[in-house]
Amino acid sequence: MSATEVLDAPHHAEHGEHHHNPFQAHHFDDPEQQYDAGKLGIWLFLVTEVLFFSGMFCAYAMYRSLHPEVWEFSSRFLNPTLGAFNTGVLLFSSLTMAWGVRCAQLRQAKGLAICLTLTLGCASIFLGVKAIEYSHKWDLGLLPASMYTIQSTVTEHHEGISKWLVIFSIIPALCLAGFVGWWVWAWSNNKKAIADIAGPFAITAACYFLGVLFGMFFESGGDKEAHGPMAAVAHATVAHDSHEAHDEHATVGGSAGGHGTANAADASVDKPGGAGLFFSIYYCMTGVHALHIIGGMVVLAWLLVRATKNHFNEEYFGPVDYVGLYWHLVDLIWIYLFPLLYLIT
Amino acid sequence: MSVVAKNAEASHAADAHEGDYLTHSRGFLSWALTLDHKRIGIMYLIGVMTSFLVGGILALMIRAELLTPTQLFLTNKQFNQVFTLHGAIMVFLFIIPSVPAALGNFLVPLMLGAKDVAFPRLNLCSFYLWVVGLIFFIACLLITGLDTGWTFYTPYSTTTEGPVAWATMGAFILGFSSIFTGLNFIVTINTMRPPGMTWFKMPLFLWATYSTAIIQVLATPVLGITLLLLTAERLFQIGIFDPRWNGDPVAFQHFFWFYSHPAVYIMILPAMGIISELMSVHSHKTIFGYTLIAYSSVAIALFGFLVWGHHMFTSGMADVTTIVFSALTFSVSIPSAIKVFNWLATMYKGTVQLTTPMCYALNFLFLFTIGGLTGLFLGALSADRHLHDTYFVVAHFHYVMMGGTLVAFVGGIFHWWPKMVGKMYNELWGQISCLFVFIGFNLTFLPQFVMGTRGMPRRYARYLPEFQDLHIMSSTGAFILGFGLFIALGVLIHSLMRGRKAPRNPWGGATLEWHCSSPPPHYNFASAPTVNEPYDYTPLAYHDEEHGWEYHQPNVRPTPSQSHPVIAKS
Repeated sequence: MSATEVLDAPHHAEHGEHHHNPFQAHHFDDPEQQYDAGKLGIWLFLVTEVLFFSGMFCAYAMYRSLHPEVWEFSSRFLNPTLGAFNTGVLLFSSLTMAWGVRCAQLRQAKGLAICLTLTLGCASIFLGVKAIEYSHKWDLGLLPASMYTIQSTVTEHHEGISKWLVIFSIIPALCLAGFVGWWVWAWSNNKKAIADIAGPFAITAACYFLGVLFGMFFESGGDKEAHGPMAAVAHATVAHDSHEAHDEHATVGGSAGGHGTANAADASVDKPGGAGLFFSIYYCMTGVHALHIIGGMVVLAWLLVRATKNHFNEEYFGPVDYVGLYWHLVDLIWIYLFPLLYLIT
Repeated sequence: MSVVAKNAEASHAADAHEGDYLTHSRGFLSWALTLDHKRIGIMYLIGVMTSFLVGGILALMIRAELLTPTQLFLTNKQFNQVFTLHGAIMVFLFIIPSVPAALGNFLVPLMLGAKDVAFPRLNLCSFYLWVVGLIFFIACLLITGLDTGWTFYTPYSTTTEGPVAWATMGAFILGFSSIFTGLNFIVTINTMRPPGMTWFKMPLFLWATYSTAIIQVLATPVLGITLLLLTAERLFQIGIFDPRWNGDPVAFQHFFWFYSHPAVYIMILPAMGIISELMSVHSHKTIFGYTLIAYSSVAIALFGFLVWGHHMFTSGMADVTTIVFSALTFSVSIPSAIKVFNWLATMYKGTVQLTTPMCYALNFLFLFTIGGLTGLFLGALSADRHLHDTYFVVAHFHYVMMGGTLVAFVGGIFHWWPKMVGKMYNELWGQISCLFVFIGFNLTFLPQFVMGTRGMPRRYARYLPEFQDLHIMSSTGAFILGFGLFIALGVLIHSLMRGRKAPRNPWGGATLEWHCSSPPPHYNFASAPTVNEPYDYTPLAYHDEEHGWEYHQPNVRPTPSQSHPVIAKS
């Protein structure tokens, strides 16, 4: 019977002689094939991620080219210092991630755990800063189109801690309490293996609050220019920069006359269908990006657990490598988001 | 093919010891948690066929309602909901996963001589994502009120009542199911081909699957973000597609069709792959123009990304843009025509056997050609002005989607059914079902071309009395078509209970899936099989006692002079 190429009993595959590595899947011939398949798989996944974001980049390009003055006006409400800080944090986390891959290849479980903890910590700091940014904007009513508050009507200043920040911080606070408790329990019961996992998790949760502190510090520094009575200096520039702003000024000047030249130009963009649309796109892009950060943290945590169990070596480090590639992509997307959103003027 | 008789015997013993993939292990969990691509394929098959049944019943409701120009049993609102769910279920739950996920999952590793797909867990995950998407659509069905059409066009979809967010989230999740399947196939085909199987020694079904997978991976994420933005639009009124906030509803159309036009090729390309296999095997003749068919699959996949604008000729685009889109649309017909001519040339001087799969393949050829050629009318700018949003469009895409993909899918099921379940079915009733499908299909949709050219708009529950005769013809055809498909289902179910045992190779195919027993053992192939030409039938001969084909000339290497197949007439 020609046909069959089944040369030995099928269960040969399960106990085959090339099964040195416990993590080699039965359907691959050798570790190299498994690694190549995973690598191609993750690259394809990254392609889908790029295309996923590309839809929003398209929307961004379309509306920015249609309404450049809206973009100039709205980006002034974003704090470039915070954006730059977060960019630095993510870049550093990419370094620690790449270092982690190297550690995995060199069988340095301890080093890998440290690198992963640092990466997780940076992700947390990033989210902490983002929480400050979001809560600050939500207090001001800088929200997507239907909920956007016209900024020239905002008079009162928010004092104290934002309620949004409190809401954002509930889950990190619970995580922090839980992980610290877990760590203390593991330590007191002499379960070192568990303490090795709980400790980094607790550090990660604590880093969120570190990020919040950084955010508060920079935000208060940038406060005066970001708003105030609508950042008069900034607005004047809008009026001078943009031809359209001048034209708009001519038409709406009468109704907004009391606010002076600059504010008249703003009135055409300071509305739900103007700046509101910018913030729709801003929240969609940064929100989906933040979800990717959170997703990345979940897989990093999984790697950390495996690292403490010493799963990785020079033959089997695929998962660290793949997560690393994903993490670099998330970083790269932020590197595009930062100038496109924060550095318009 | 290298033949080693003693190994074959050993493998038989092994098969008997391990059982085939269906009997390898038992119990509900052994199926629900299986990582075996064959079982996942079977689960998909049951799932998509159930979806098809639901979508089909909805279609028959539409056709029954349209028997009279006035209300028969559906209100206007209910009519809108029924055609919306018919479209959404057929597109997202049935056609897109039908060939790639159901047949593809079963066949890709077998044709590659591999043990499984590259990422079995991801494969199972994509099946469960499909199930979750299904649940969302069932929710829509139960909540009722989804009346946007399957395209979810804004601004209607952002303002209408009804569970639009459920439907879009369902489609979003189904998109990820589709992406994971495509990703799995690309990696599997790239990294797990056996030694000796170069790209141009792959079966053409794999080329088609590969091209499909490229579209799935590249286009589906764009639909994902579009539907996410639409959901956000509905939940938070973010305004990106809403003119109230300076958003642009036509942008939604661009985003949507950037996916959904390539998705049309997700639907048809694998069907073309099936037809390439069926034509060659059942004509017992080497496929004509292998390289061109392979390249044309890739060409269709790439062109498919450049023609989305032809859905929007009347939506408001710059004149130059419409001309470019029209020209590109015409160019897609070239690779499609290449395939059709190659299939015809494959049959020429072949030994065509009118088995059930071949009947369906011929059915496909006829219907797909009509569907493809009528597409050119719609791609022409001036004609489209007149035909846009009429029954002409409906008839056109049903000829391609149903006459093309569905018919090829059924043909493929009949072709690989013996391999999947190890049972033969009743040929005569299979052929009768094909005849009913052919007659019913043409009776349903040919009158719709006529109605469309006379101005009958699509998606209308009521119509002018002058169209009633044509509508009655169309509805009669739909019920004949449904009857034909029920016969096909009956034939398959009957074979499960009464069918005789299938031989290893009932049709005389030369691709690798015919080299393992029917049904295949749990691990397909213990080691990578030796690979020869996938369409060389010279060394095969029919064995009466087994009712199947076996290699009669061991170690024969194909040479150009042996192009005539050796056929022992059955």
